[in-house]
Amino acid sequence: MRDSLPLVRALREPTSVEALTGSQWSELISIARAESLIGSLAHRLQNVSVPDRVRAVLQDAIEAHDLASQQALWEADCARRALADYRGKIVLMKGTAYVAADLAAGVGRSIGDLDIMVARDDLPVVESALLDAAWEWVKPDPYDDQYYREHMHELPPMIHRERDRMIDVHHTTLPLTARPTPDAQAILDNAIALENGLYVMAAPDMLLHSVAHLFADGDLAGGLRNLWDINLLVRQFSDADEEFWMELNIRAKTHDLVRELERALRLAARLYETPVYRFSAGQTQFADYFYVRRLLARDGYGRETRKLTRFAFYVRSHWLRMPPLMLARHLWTKWRKGGTPPK
Amino acid sequence: MAEMHQILLKIGPAAFRIASAWRRPLEELEALYGDYPALTDSSVDFTVRLEPKKPWRRFIRPSVHIGGDFWLPDAAPLPLAQGLLAAEMGMNLQMALGWRRHLLLHASSVEKDGKALVMTGLSGSGKSTLSAMLAERGWRFMGDEFALLDLETGDLVPFPRLISLKNKAIETMQQVVPEHRFGPEMKATPKGDIRHLIPPKAAVARMDETARPALLLFPRFGHAPELRDMGQSEVFVRLTQASTNYVALGESGFEALTRFVDQVPTKAMDYQSGEQAEALIESLWSKLP
Repeated sequence: MRDSLPLVRALREPTSVEALTGSQWSELISIARAESLIGSLAHRLQNVSVPDRVRAVLQDAIEAHDLASQQALWEADCARRALADYRGKIVLMKGTAYVAADLAAGVGRSIGDLDIMVARDDLPVVESALLDAAWEWVKPDPYDDQYYREHMHELPPMIHRERDRMIDVHHTTLPLTARPTPDAQAILDNAIALENGLYVMAAPDMLLHSVAHLFADGDLAGGLRNLWDINLLVRQFSDADEEFWMELNIRAKTHDLVRELERALRLAARLYETPVYRFSAGQTQFADYFYVRRLLARDGYGRETRKLTRFAFYVRSHWLRMPPLMLARHLWTKWRKGGTPPK
Repeated sequence: MAEMHQILLKIGPAAFRIASAWRRPLEELEALYGDYPALTDSSVDFTVRLEPKKPWRRFIRPSVHIGGDFWLPDAAPLPLAQGLLAAEMGMNLQMALGWRRHLLLHASSVEKDGKALVMTGLSGSGKSTLSAMLAERGWRFMGDEFALLDLETGDLVPFPRLISLKNKAIETMQQVVPEHRFGPEMKATPKGDIRHLIPPKAAVARMDETARPALLLFPRFGHAPELRDMGQSEVFVRLTQASTNYVALGESGFEALTRFVDQVPTKAMDYQSGEQAEALIESLWSKLP
């Protein structure tokens, strides 16, 4: 298998896997594990007939992800208790938010760090409360620390001393140096309270955060999973609310993410057959081809392929995050410190 | 991307696809695993990848990077001459990080009369060598690296991969086992000198046959022979450390481990030679119910 299309096909159309041979199954499983989509795939294939050994592998994934979501909710609750005296809103983000809000996108999703968002002015209060509650800096480096504080959308990562779990405290959804400038205050104002006092973003903001994360913030690593989130969020939100598309279009303008939203919807429709509103998705663009090429750059052994395409997107991710002069300064400093660029 | 060669292996309940940029490690595996049963279909639990970190390292001072479905970010590459070791390490890594169908203990095990002896301890304790030695003296070899505990029944499930002999254990076993059951000798690997040993035929033929855990030992090589009692809480904590997936299994891991500690008599065993160990083990084994 030369690309990760088998995974996309299995997610899109679960019954299609009934035709797979044993070795095609092995390839599908390797790709799904490498793309952190094995939990989602396992849930998707629950009512499809599969070979015994594959069933066991999928059942393992379901159980592993059940435990992971339980741990993610526990970690969110630990943060809530550490910040009990904080009066502002604490908004859960990404995987933890999907699970906490009981969304389809949370089912079987892999969750790593805890991501929360608070008001930018409150960062010092939140930071010191977390430090008091046994979180500590992961890599205390003065340059990195200053860089995060001046230019990023989050504090440098912290890790809990005993539980060994990371927390990323955001104050907006994109680096301050990125071209689009999402309206962080609007996100906080519209956030929805959960029963335990924590918040999640309102539906359009949640989707747009996922979009921002995919197209304006990274090199598309983990892009297939990110796009699968987008697919599930779109399906669930647009089914539940007739006004969703209208609100989404308004919010995309508020957050300066119209182009990114359009591209996300086109690619989701193309790969996962997401039912999108034509007006929001726009016309197919030539560049879409490169995005698809990058998203599918993995072979049946789970290896990363298409090194040149990957590298191009890596360069692009820095380009999007920083103006040229700043990028040059950043790379120069990093190079002098003997660091290698992240993979 | 460069082509990969691959073979499939079944060891106990687990099936592996080993993919490699070079033929040589796979040919070595094929020779050593030749008598193991073939997979009935080609779907597997895990894929292991042996590949060069950079394309030119396929040819120039070839160096094997261990990857696969589950991997560690800081695994050091090995020279191609140690590719067999890399494959074994890759399979162990998949089990340690990915297996959830049993509680995994870093332990060796052997069986007699349907009852299993489990031996665990730090590396250098001699647990692997003891299992290899007992396997030549009337016990059935079940595994030298991982003991798999069934989460429901508490039974021990065999995982009889190749026995990985280190340093002095190689010579000890060469005196007992014919040459054709040994793999190539690998000098000065990150784990010392290594030579793999094919388990006895019965161990492979009966690799789907479980056993009841009957005795747990914490062997320690190099001290005057002695058996000591251990408190249950100490045993429990040491086994949580010896388990690679205790945390990942959550509640079912906790239940399986508490039951194991409750039901299986345990001793710490010091010894200076194989004969001493065998005598101590026999003295305990004969008194078991």
